[in-house]
Amino acid sequence: MSHPIEKHEAVSPGKKNELLKNLSVILPRHAILYLPEDLHVYECDGLSAYRQTPLLVVLPESTLQVQQVMKICKHLAIPVVARGAGTGLSGGALPLGNAVLLSLAKLSNIIEIDVANRTACVEPGVRNLAISEAAKPCGLYYAPDPSSQIACSIGGNVAENAGGVHCLKYGLTVNNILKLKMVTTDGDLITIGSNALDSPGYDLLALMTGSEGMLGIIVEITVKLLPIAESAQVLLASFNEIPQAGNAVAAIIGAGIIPAGLEMMDKLAIKAAEDFVHAGYPTDANAILLCELDGNSEEVSEKISEVENIMLEHGACDVRIAQNEQERELFWKGRKAAFPAVGRLAPDYYCMDGTIPRHRLSEVLQTIETLSREYGLPVANVFHAGDGNLHPLILYDANKPGELEKTEELGGKILEFCVEVGGTITGEHGVGIEKINQMCVQFTSTELQQFHAIKHAFDPDRLLNPGKAVPTLHRCAELGAMHVHNGELPFPELPRF
Amino acid sequence: MTDNLTESIQEQVKDAYYSSRALKIMGNSTKEFLGHPVSGEPLEISGHTGIVNYEPTELVITARSGTTLNQIEQALNENNQMLAFEPPHFGEDATLGGAIACGLSGPGRARFGAVRDFVLGTRIINGQGDLLHFGGEVMKNVAGYDLSRLQAGAMGTLGVLLEVSLKVLPKEDYTRTQVLDVSKQSAFEKMCQCTELPASATAYVDDRLYIRLSGSENTINSISTKIGGELLDNDAAFWLNVREHQHPFFRESNSLWRLSVPPATPPIDLPGQWLIEWNGAQRWLNTDANAKHIRTIIEPLGGHATCYHSPLHSKEDEHEIFHPLPEPLMKLHHRLKYAMDPNGIFNPGKMYPGL
Repeated sequence: MSHPIEKHEAVSPGKKNELLKNLSVILPRHAILYLPEDLHVYECDGLSAYRQTPLLVVLPESTLQVQQVMKICKHLAIPVVARGAGTGLSGGALPLGNAVLLSLAKLSNIIEIDVANRTACVEPGVRNLAISEAAKPCGLYYAPDPSSQIACSIGGNVAENAGGVHCLKYGLTVNNILKLKMVTTDGDLITIGSNALDSPGYDLLALMTGSEGMLGIIVEITVKLLPIAESAQVLLASFNEIPQAGNAVAAIIGAGIIPAGLEMMDKLAIKAAEDFVHAGYPTDANAILLCELDGNSEEVSEKISEVENIMLEHGACDVRIAQNEQERELFWKGRKAAFPAVGRLAPDYYCMDGTIPRHRLSEVLQTIETLSREYGLPVANVFHAGDGNLHPLILYDANKPGELEKTEELGGKILEFCVEVGGTITGEHGVGIEKINQMCVQFTSTELQQFHAIKHAFDPDRLLNPGKAVPTLHRCAELGAMHVHNGELPFPELPRF
Repeated sequence: MTDNLTESIQEQVKDAYYSSRALKIMGNSTKEFLGHPVSGEPLEISGHTGIVNYEPTELVITARSGTTLNQIEQALNENNQMLAFEPPHFGEDATLGGAIACGLSGPGRARFGAVRDFVLGTRIINGQGDLLHFGGEVMKNVAGYDLSRLQAGAMGTLGVLLEVSLKVLPKEDYTRTQVLDVSKQSAFEKMCQCTELPASATAYVDDRLYIRLSGSENTINSISTKIGGELLDNDAAFWLNVREHQHPFFRESNSLWRLSVPPATPPIDLPGQWLIEWNGAQRWLNTDANAKHIRTIIEPLGGHATCYHSPLHSKEDEHEIFHPLPEPLMKLHHRLKYAMDPNGIFNPGKMYPGL
């Protein structure tokens, strides 16, 4: 299918040869891929609906090589798309036909675990879970746990500001990193942040986190580690009505309890998960809540019974507390397998990622249901209820002509509704190429111009991941996205036809 | 009324942009002593007040930047919630905007995070007078570059803050503070262990280690017994004095420096008196040592030093308030400043020359 990347000029064979010649001076032979069969593997990331063969792929093995690649590409004015483990769900690492795909997979060393300061210094290709595994003997772990944590790399986590099920209590990637080493578009190496809790100057660490490979290439990350909690308990509550579950969530937070994880699933998601992993979920319920508390054992036991009472007061028809570690894992297994489980219900599924103020949940789910019926495409909902991050999963069949396009349109409408109720088009997956059009809905033309000015400060030649994350004003105008802000028509400076 | 005020602030910024005139952004001037003096036409924000939205069960508060911290904390208190980063006020009518712009965090920082960790969204005016909204009122939002958190600690040099949305947290059920008479060495070891305890603040001064514990009453009482030491009466006043620099330590007449270092850094070889917070990560130093000497010692430790007060302040010293940045990083700062404020009208020179 045609992906939404804007057209660009092809690289001439002469220029490609020059690029290859220059790269082969600084990189070993096996670190440059250019044959069609080798490039094929890299044509998409976790968002496989969009595919594009890169100009070529490089796999540098050191920071110095990354710097040299950047210098060559800058000199030849060839764009660069950075890629980690390729698990991203928004097409942030989708290759461009005229760009080098820079894989950071071979920078995969854990450089240091500093137990006294509770930090880990790692290269970008290290897998998220590998950090926690390495820190475990010291009684420490790395908190952000995106569901792809077995495979996703920490560099990609920084690029997308990845979240997970524990965000409400422990924050996103941006709250859990201390220092970055970054190669600029000029090939310079700079250090942002420090091993102290703060650093002089502007908070570039916040700016770099979630910048989707648009501002620099991250080559080293120092993350915070936390002590593994003494105890964790999970509770499973079933509800006949979704609003009851929504109210229970508000009541838990209102009671001053910050759960380590608070997840909601709707009927379709419950049934799919139960059929798939037999977690003991009640398939007759319209909603379930999973609530996990962690910390000091005494405190956890005290609070879990408080949560149990709140659930019952808000109409839960059944509340079960996992009696042992096995049962706890089983409760979570259903939730963690929800995406693949839903995937069994249809040939394809499309995962959305909006965030909403929690008190608008019922309204948003009702709208999704109406849209789902209108488009004739079933939608299952999995919700990080604690932090308002909603993942509607749209079921479709890519082999049916026009169905993917219909799915994307439905997805777009869901995200636009998230913005309308005061939320955002992406909570943790990033904009990438997938949500580039919805950016025109969420931001005004002046806000987008400000983003472009920031991009220009780091990358004046637009060589880093061009066309992703921030749409051009032209694109927004062409889409005719009518973001009416303060009663003004968007992009009044551009002609309309 | 407030919309008119927004418009008039915006007009003033636009005028300044077109005539490249410097603006000095003013709240209630409680933190004016921080950083370099700014000369410019005053841009008054203190009238831009009011809590715009506060929904306790969403854990988010949105307020205009001229709202006082006292007002915000009172509203939160009524719902048993708090600003967990405990912003220092340094004055009766400190504003929200000033707290965010200065990027200061109080005793709870080591446990809960810094100002920037709680910033969810902002409305700002950039250097061209455009009204912009970044982030929002939800916990997770990764659409667009994070230009909200970027404002925290930028001292107004990247934009005029109009409105800020912050994540808030429930207050802990119970809090108490233990005081232990211990040597410096032993204090460091104990502070290092504090990350495993429900410790919500630590301070070491005058050979006494103060550990504030927060959580459920039973747990805290049993942990207190294990830690030992004495129960501190009226501990809220102690922590308030530390936060507000009203503790006797801060009345010394030498220069006051803030050193930020990796928490497990051993005692630092610099002359003077120390007050150590954040499990070792924030160290206040009263000293007559000069800036250059302090920074020569602190840099190899992976830290940095900021001058808070100096009785010796002279023109020559002024470039030394904030820790100097390496050249490539400074270059990036200049480019970023240009992107947000192309004519350099906001608080010029407040942090560094040219920013």
